[in-house]
Amino acid sequence: MSDFDTTTHLLYLGAAICFVLGLHLMTSPATARRGNLLSAAGMTLAVVVTVAILWRDGSISSTGLAALVGGLAVGSGAGVVTAKRVAMTSMPELISLFNAAGGGAAALIALGDILNHGVLSAAARPVSTTLTMALDTLLGGLTLSGSLVAAGKLAGKLPGRPVSSRFNRPLNVLLGLLTLVLAGFVTAGAGGVTTLSLLGLVALALGVLVTLPIGGADMPVVISLLNACTGTAVAMAGFVLDSTPLIIAGALVGAAGTILTMLMAEAMNRSLFSVLAGGFGSGDSDPVALAGGGSYRTVEVDDAALQLAYASRVVIVPGYGLAAAQAQHEVVALAKALSEQGVDVSYGIHPVAGRMPGHMNVLLAEADAPYEQMQDLEEANAVFPTTDVVLVVGANDVTNPAARRPGNPVSGMPILDVDRARSVVVIKRSMGQGYAGVDNELYTEPVTAMLFGDAKQVLTRLVAALRTYV
Amino acid sequence: MTPMLLADITVFVLSLLVGFEVITKVPATLHTPLMSGANAIHGAVVIGVMLLAGSTHSTLGYVVVAIAAALAAMNVTGGYVVTDRMLRMFRSRGSRGGQR
Repeated sequence: MSDFDTTTHLLYLGAAICFVLGLHLMTSPATARRGNLLSAAGMTLAVVVTVAILWRDGSISSTGLAALVGGLAVGSGAGVVTAKRVAMTSMPELISLFNAAGGGAAALIALGDILNHGVLSAAARPVSTTLTMALDTLLGGLTLSGSLVAAGKLAGKLPGRPVSSRFNRPLNVLLGLLTLVLAGFVTAGAGGVTTLSLLGLVALALGVLVTLPIGGADMPVVISLLNACTGTAVAMAGFVLDSTPLIIAGALVGAAGTILTMLMAEAMNRSLFSVLAGGFGSGDSDPVALAGGGSYRTVEVDDAALQLAYASRVVIVPGYGLAAAQAQHEVVALAKALSEQGVDVSYGIHPVAGRMPGHMNVLLAEADAPYEQMQDLEEANAVFPTTDVVLVVGANDVTNPAARRPGNPVSGMPILDVDRARSVVVIKRSMGQGYAGVDNELYTEPVTAMLFGDAKQVLTRLVAALRTYV
Repeated sequence: MTPMLLADITVFVLSLLVGFEVITKVPATLHTPLMSGANAIHGAVVIGVMLLAGSTHSTLGYVVVAIAAALAAMNVTGGYVVTDRMLRMFRSRGSRGGQR
């Protein structure tokens, strides 16, 4: 090994250390930003080292250089512009879109490599290369189309409801078998560019077919799983190119995505298997009138404002409805107005509040809510018994006391025990059901009062009423 | 198996384990930024595209390199920028000058 090789290898190691430490720093809100910047610094280092390797190697043609630089410039420009412009509420679909791009790039590496080496002969390429090439193409293609479908569903460009027909299952089995056969051919070194391209196309079709039947409510779990898939695809590309930084970064993300996927599925009371089986949740929350099911109490804005103003402790429970109504600024304005009255205000945030785990925290942070006020499930449940008023804004299933009993769709789901507070005010458009499709027993509890209306308007009127009367 | 492949497999397996260890300790609050941050890290695929470009000498290959470079660059730059945008908003009460 020459001095140059040793140096580049050690610098790549430094980049890998940055990735790991960066991820580690992201475990606390106080250091998270530094962690991401460290990880970005590691990435910059790795890119600079790769430039040096290409420079010294000197085998890159001028056309190749132009293609590379042109592509990088276009991609970076598009990435930075969309990342800066996107609304915080559209974050989930943007992450999915970037994930699709990564998957596509990983799959193209396998294709580019086989183009450069001509036919795959078993003698020329070891099985370790052909096998990882097949896996790279398969996973990369699958995440490319799957993530695009997921982003389309979240952005409302594709129907959020599960799309399926009775042909789905046999078609999936057929494509699955076709994938295995093609991957077998590639691994065995039989066939070249055509076989690999076919494998990529089948993987693309499979990604669409697997994602379409899954409902909008389960999309966060799917995106997380696809993120892990991309990570693994990148690691496979690392094996094809014999590149350690790709293997390390890819494996790290593969592991991270898998853990995150399981945590999310657990918090949503859904098994990964039932998510992938599909057919759950609409993603489009049209208000549906409740048929029967007990009587409920309503409250007017002015009364609710006074109730909040004279409370000593208020916990706000935000949910998907708040994100959908983009009312995060209004809710934080209300919290500030209440704080000024000397009310102890905090937010009780369910792990899956918002459109994906942790999304609600981001939305509230965007509206300038200090993170000390954001309480997770356990913290919030500990204070509910001593809370005067809980204000539920657009959250439904995560507050349903029925989850504590067995025998219904929400059974066993971890919930916020808001019914244990002295009183509860629920801001909601109607008595409609949540994703789980069950009536929320909270609404008919004696402590609960319903405040009907659009979250954004109701919150604005609450703040105005506070200013007027108090 | 070549020594190089063995080393690659070792690195792969240990990296998986490190990934599991680091991620299990992240609070739910940070799950969205974490997913986004991890998404940016697999943008390391851009290094692969650069290496691929070094050995490409055909028209079709150049097309593949250009598309892959655009996708990878979008993943890596967009991923880091958007994650930073999210995390910049996580401020504590103490850091906002005088406000309660």
